[in-house]
Amino acid sequence: MEFQLFGIGILTWIVFLPIVGMIIILLLPDQSKKAIRWTAATVTGLQVVLAGVIYSLFDRSMVGINEADSFQFVEQFNWITVDAVPWVGRIEINYFLGIDGLSVLMVILASIIGLIGVISSWNIEKMTKGYFALYLLLVTGMMGVFVSLDFFLFFIFWEVMLLPMYFLIGLWGGPRREYAAIKFFLYTFFGGVLMMLVMLALYFSVAYTDAATGESVHTFNLLHMMNPENYVDGSILSGVDTTWRYVAWLALFISFAIKIPLFPFHTWLPDAHVEAPTPISVILAGVLLKLGTYGILRISFPIFPDGTEYFVYLMAALGMISIIYGAFCAMAQDDFKKLIAYSSISHMGIVVIGIAALNTQGMVGGVLQMFNHGIITAVLFLAVGVLYDRTHTRGLYDFGGIANQMPKYTGIAMVGMFAALGLPGLNGFVSELFSFLGAFEAYRWIAIISVFGIIITAGYILWTVQRIYLGNLQEKHKTLEDLTLREMLAFVPLIILIILLGIYPAPAIELMNASLSHLVELVTQGV
Amino acid sequence: MVDNILNSIIHFYPEIAIVVTLCGIIVADLFVKRKGHTGGVILFGGMVVTAVLLLVQTGWNNSVFYEMIAVDPFALYFKLLLTLATLFVILFSMKSRELDEYSNRISEYYMLMAGMILGMFLMVSSTNLLLMYLAFEMTSISSYVLVGFTKKSDKSSEASMKYIIYGAVASGIMIYGISLLVGLTGATDIYAVNMALAGDLNQPLLLTISIIMIIAGLGFKLALVPFHFWAPDVYEGAPITITAYLSVASKIAALAMTIRFFRISFSDLSVADDGAIWSMLDVLNWNVILAVLAALAMVVGNLTALRQDNIKRMLAYSSIAHAGYIMMGFVILTNEGLSAIMIYVFVYLFMNLGAFYVAMLFSNQTGTESIEKYKGLGHRAPLMGVSMTVFLVALTGFPPTAGFIAKLYIFGAAISAGWFWLVLIAGITTVVSLFYYIRVVRNMFFYKPEEGAEKLEFDAGTKIILLLLLIPTLLFGVYFTPIFEMARESVQMFGM
Repeated sequence: MEFQLFGIGILTWIVFLPIVGMIIILLLPDQSKKAIRWTAATVTGLQVVLAGVIYSLFDRSMVGINEADSFQFVEQFNWITVDAVPWVGRIEINYFLGIDGLSVLMVILASIIGLIGVISSWNIEKMTKGYFALYLLLVTGMMGVFVSLDFFLFFIFWEVMLLPMYFLIGLWGGPRREYAAIKFFLYTFFGGVLMMLVMLALYFSVAYTDAATGESVHTFNLLHMMNPENYVDGSILSGVDTTWRYVAWLALFISFAIKIPLFPFHTWLPDAHVEAPTPISVILAGVLLKLGTYGILRISFPIFPDGTEYFVYLMAALGMISIIYGAFCAMAQDDFKKLIAYSSISHMGIVVIGIAALNTQGMVGGVLQMFNHGIITAVLFLAVGVLYDRTHTRGLYDFGGIANQMPKYTGIAMVGMFAALGLPGLNGFVSELFSFLGAFEAYRWIAIISVFGIIITAGYILWTVQRIYLGNLQEKHKTLEDLTLREMLAFVPLIILIILLGIYPAPAIELMNASLSHLVELVTQGV
Repeated sequence: MVDNILNSIIHFYPEIAIVVTLCGIIVADLFVKRKGHTGGVILFGGMVVTAVLLLVQTGWNNSVFYEMIAVDPFALYFKLLLTLATLFVILFSMKSRELDEYSNRISEYYMLMAGMILGMFLMVSSTNLLLMYLAFEMTSISSYVLVGFTKKSDKSSEASMKYIIYGAVASGIMIYGISLLVGLTGATDIYAVNMALAGDLNQPLLLTISIIMIIAGLGFKLALVPFHFWAPDVYEGAPITITAYLSVASKIAALAMTIRFFRISFSDLSVADDGAIWSMLDVLNWNVILAVLAALAMVVGNLTALRQDNIKRMLAYSSIAHAGYIMMGFVILTNEGLSAIMIYVFVYLFMNLGAFYVAMLFSNQTGTESIEKYKGLGHRAPLMGVSMTVFLVALTGFPPTAGFIAKLYIFGAAISAGWFWLVLIAGITTVVSLFYYIRVVRNMFFYKPEEGAEKLEFDAGTKIILLLLLIPTLLFGVYFTPIFEMARESVQMFGM
């Protein structure tokens, strides 16, 4: 599948449009806040349009994963080549973009959340220019990770996100923003270093023979890394079930688990979430957390199927702990935002046990849950943001009876809440069900214990609904305004998606079915 | 005899250009009014000429002056780097307010710099133990005086004093080691040393002692742990331009000399390319010893940098840490390791000089070097703030800056040679280093400037110098084929 605009592929457009926007914003004077906002909205809006094009042109039958010619919208050219170095052979780094069923939904998610984030950032007055410039850089980073098929490129995009995120939390965040920002930065940077080491080890272990010249070429190409035949004899990561491959799997897993974040690597998340401004929380929970599970599916699983099989119980067990532990922690919070943050840990745990099931149901459930959680959690963080904007407090006990004063808002927030709880008819149910189904088939007890997480979730969500929206309205809240048009604009598309995918999830599932089935076969049977 | 010398002269033009420049500065100082940077202008011109003369030598691979000096791609690469560093430091010096107070003897400053660069050129290319030592001393003596150049400052005098004393001890130990080696092998030429070692030389103990002594001397210059004690005090006390120069140029020169010495003396040159590194000296496991030194430098440098409040001191410790990262390539000593080192120092030149430059501009304006005082700098001078952020982030080794590429290659070389524990230490300390680098960034951007602090203004020249450092730091992060090609081609040493 090819699709080009002005001779440049659609994936390059969707990744680098925000950079173009960033440059425009940097050239605009500080005072023209309106122009800055509109530039950001335009480029992210165009991203959504491009994502729509991708969705409509996407061939659902092509599998991708480890087959180079069944990726879609592929763009590939040599970026850095160093010929015939005597001691390592030819070196090659490619600018290699492409998507398959695994990434297409994530690209769509990233574009939607990107636009929603801009809308909800509309009232940022402090250093508007810097804010939107960094924001757009962040969007480029996350979009880039989802479309990169070269490890080097993947890594660069992965790390590019950290610095803008650090500043966005640290400059525009809440009172403890500095602490939260540096903690986020250090954690993820640590993960990044581990990933880099594995990347290098893979690089030295993988070499393919160039058909044209017969040279041995060292490469960062992920697809070549997935092919066992390309491993150099005697290199560290060659062979199957060797110690170094296990070590590499674990290192990679830790770096992704930090991002997810999986227990026990999760402690940065509540801090980062609580301190980050609303739109950044939305991006963080909506997209960035998915990068962790995406990385596991894109890199760990197909490159290290042996390590995956070996450690899959560990992974599932950590997922289970995250579900239960995250839910209990959420229940114990009296800060609305912290509650949502911990619930994210719990819900990402469901993704983990789903994909760790290594069967199609679980995998589909997991990836769908990544998308659904992105949408739902965006609604929830926006809901917190709306209350916080108006009252400057997030204490769960400070509210009550909001439903009487803000009916539109309450209606929307409740849809999000119930979707998070996994109510049938809303999108969360479908993906959780599939994840648990898959997990149940693979490892019964872990699945059974995990399902209790749903009950705890129901508990804290209903309790929260009761504390905030039901009951008696407090005197000081009698003047609260209902949602403005701009806020509606941010909420409505998400709510539509929640309901639509709840009733009819097929359009999302058919996007990824072929790819994920293939991934399962690849990991379990080495196809 | 005369023939040999005459034939050699043509290979020696760059060095001669420096000597002429040095004399030119002295003469000019006699006749021109003693204010202003005439000396600097002359030195700058001289270095440009030197650079041109160096470029003529591209691809030459010879030994001249009775095999005393090698003119090979390896030396050329480092000489070009040294020239580049010198050009930048001259520009820095012209912008420095710290030096203004001494403007009536500023020519002396540039003259000493010329002496230092001559010494460093010789360090890079000499293949004879005697000349190596002389070059080493020439560099050192010039730098002792330069460190104490701002003599009205107590710290500067103290630093100079410390530097001389430590330096003298270190060089004494080194010459002792060298004399042992010469006595044992009967040779001053390092190729002859190699040959003697290849023969029957049954003195493992003495040999080991002599090598350890030589390592101590070189380690001093490289500020390797545990020979680093001088570095923070000297770096803090010296004028900031000289600190920058020491941390980049003199380190690069010492590194090149160390590499040449070890690579030529102790590897089996009869095996082509990478074979049999260190094979001439198998009494001790040198790789492990050097790996431990590298690890120590990374750990001590990074951990101590965490506690610093003075930006020069912080950068001093950070450069100790960077010496550790560079040493990782040295532990391997294969061509792969060496070219990784060469890429590293190239990138290091830009990012470290950049960081020092911003630090200097800041202290020009405010008279302070305290990291605490950087609060709000990002708001007062956005270009400074953003540039400093890029330099520090590059020093951390963060993509997409050139610093990442540097780390990538050095880590890559270590991984491919199987030094996993070392790479792991390097990785962890890199995370630690993020903490102190980012602290400066945090101070610059996360705080409002103090009440009454005005915007800082800089002239166009200052900004251009900054961009000359900034652009390569960013550019080579996304497109690094040229540096890699250059390093790869330059890794050949004379006679190998």
